[in-house]
Amino acid sequence: MSRMTVNEAIGRALAEEMRRDPRVLMFGEGVATKRTDLLEEFGAARVRNTPLAEGIIAGTAAGAAATGLRPVIDLLFAPFLCYAMDEIVNSAGKLRYISGGQFSFPMVVIAMTGSGWTVGAQHNHNLEAWFVHSPGLKVVMPSNAADFKGLLKAAIRDDNPVLFFVDMALTPVEGEVPDDERVIPLGKAAIARAGRDLTIVSYAKTVGTCLDAAAQLAADGIEAEVIDLRSLKPLDEETILRSARKTGRVIVVHEASRMCGVGAEVAALIAEQAFPSLKAPVMRLTGPDAPAPSSWALEQAFTPQADRVVRAVHELVRAHAEPA
Amino acid sequence: MHPPTPPCQRTRMLETMLLIRTHEETLATLHASEGVGGTCTSVGQEACAVGVVQALEASDRILTNHRSAGHLLARGADPGRMMAEVLGRSTGYCKGKSGSLHISVKELGVLLTSTIVGGELSLAPGVGLSLAMQGEDAIAVCFFGDGAACEGRFHESLNLAAVWKLPILYVCENNQWQAFVHRKETMLAEQIANWANGYGMPCETVDGNDVEAVLAAALRARTRMRTAGGPYFLELNTYRQRGHFEPDDQAYVDGHELQAWLARDPIALMRQRLAGEGLLGEEESERMLMRVRARIDEALRFARSSPFPDPRELTTEIYA
Repeated sequence: MSRMTVNEAIGRALAEEMRRDPRVLMFGEGVATKRTDLLEEFGAARVRNTPLAEGIIAGTAAGAAATGLRPVIDLLFAPFLCYAMDEIVNSAGKLRYISGGQFSFPMVVIAMTGSGWTVGAQHNHNLEAWFVHSPGLKVVMPSNAADFKGLLKAAIRDDNPVLFFVDMALTPVEGEVPDDERVIPLGKAAIARAGRDLTIVSYAKTVGTCLDAAAQLAADGIEAEVIDLRSLKPLDEETILRSARKTGRVIVVHEASRMCGVGAEVAALIAEQAFPSLKAPVMRLTGPDAPAPSSWALEQAFTPQADRVVRAVHELVRAHAEPA
Repeated sequence: MHPPTPPCQRTRMLETMLLIRTHEETLATLHASEGVGGTCTSVGQEACAVGVVQALEASDRILTNHRSAGHLLARGADPGRMMAEVLGRSTGYCKGKSGSLHISVKELGVLLTSTIVGGELSLAPGVGLSLAMQGEDAIAVCFFGDGAACEGRFHESLNLAAVWKLPILYVCENNQWQAFVHRKETMLAEQIANWANGYGMPCETVDGNDVEAVLAAALRARTRMRTAGGPYFLELNTYRQRGHFEPDDQAYVDGHELQAWLARDPIALMRQRLAGEGLLGEEESERMLMRVRARIDEALRFARSSPFPDPRELTTEIYA
């Protein structure tokens, strides 16, 4: 194991995969400027700066992917994905199907989002659910350094377009990362903490929030199980359902807004397939239906915090206590 | 610069243009009689497709747009499998999942028919990058119209291709129409090549209704790209003779303008030229028509006798 930041883990994954497969290349806004180690090792043909033009960056990735390369592109901040929606959704996501399976689109789109840097709504927008709703795409949003490395390696090896969201507040956060070339399969959630009394489902930065909350709850005698989804599409339905059936109480926590968010899908999945096991309605604790604010105070209020998770869990347990 | 085109090849170019026209008119008729939907024909633009594709090598790749039948047929696509695709049959090139608007044929190097106007411009740099990085002696050809030139992606695509010196032949079929709007309403430039020139690539504008002028220009482009590298911009002035899609009464079209362009029909022009040079007699002209008609009839028979896809195909080939 080595201790490294999320940003270092991302760099490590990129370097390992570029070393392993000469078809992997990376381009985007400032990629060659920021990742000088990659530029030095792999050269200017495989590590490229681009114009500030997200649409053509994504389109170029799709065209390259269809013809034998495996591009990784960095579009910086998630709201900029709006400029690239056509290429990602209409081309990368649909053209395999439209062509009757003639082409595949092995590409990774990296974008940062999330509260913590007070950058405001045009740099911070947790819009991951948009892509979950689009056919042909996969969506990944890791929570810790080891997962960033292992999941990015899996995303680069995947033969489909993968949206790889980086919760920007996590980038300087350190964690233990295995030294081997471990790949974490897409579509597999992790049990971040085991527990018997209720299930907290989350992903990205709020996994840490939920783990903090679970530690406080344990002091109150409530053993929460925390599931880190890791991949939002494919969604690990089996792990979610197994835990829901075990605990009978589920709360979903994410920073993205509630309506039609990932939490809505998780809640519906449990209602459809694990209803008899439920002791309480599935709850959601999410960001509001508001643009992400800039002020630190507002941004912290926007984001689910551990004390709110603790309160919500207490309500859930109290209101739906089993008869003594 | 290039050796003169042999007579047999010149008559073959005429025959391919006729094949394209007959294919398109057959689809238009099918629309009227059977409600086969959504076709955007390339009637009037046959010389652009045949002239450019004739200049390509087998290893070159093609990205095209919703008026793609000409590019596909000129590239050697089987009219039967194209017709089957339009009729939603499992024997179509894309197994019935594309329809007429999105046909791609990997074995012919036709990567994409984009119905998102400008989608072909978006993907083109990536294809050029692949060819360059994998050391292939091939180019990517990107067909689009004056409508797509008004999309932001046109400008992003040309700029990136020029900066990265990508082997892309941009072919703008300036057919004067952007869906239901004449291009004079949407742009002040008389020539789209002027825009392209600003991005730093060689440009040429030629008569898109003269198949031999198109071929000569495409060969010049191909040669220049092979020696100098980087992208090249070819603008072909032509005219969309039918409506935006089928059916379309074209009530918005200026009759004088349409008549003037019909008088310069690309197929009639080439037929007259070959006849004038004694290369195409009445009888051979008649036989050519019958051959083409027979191929399209056979294509339609094949398509109609082909099965529809199994409903289980609905959710296959979404992911690799």
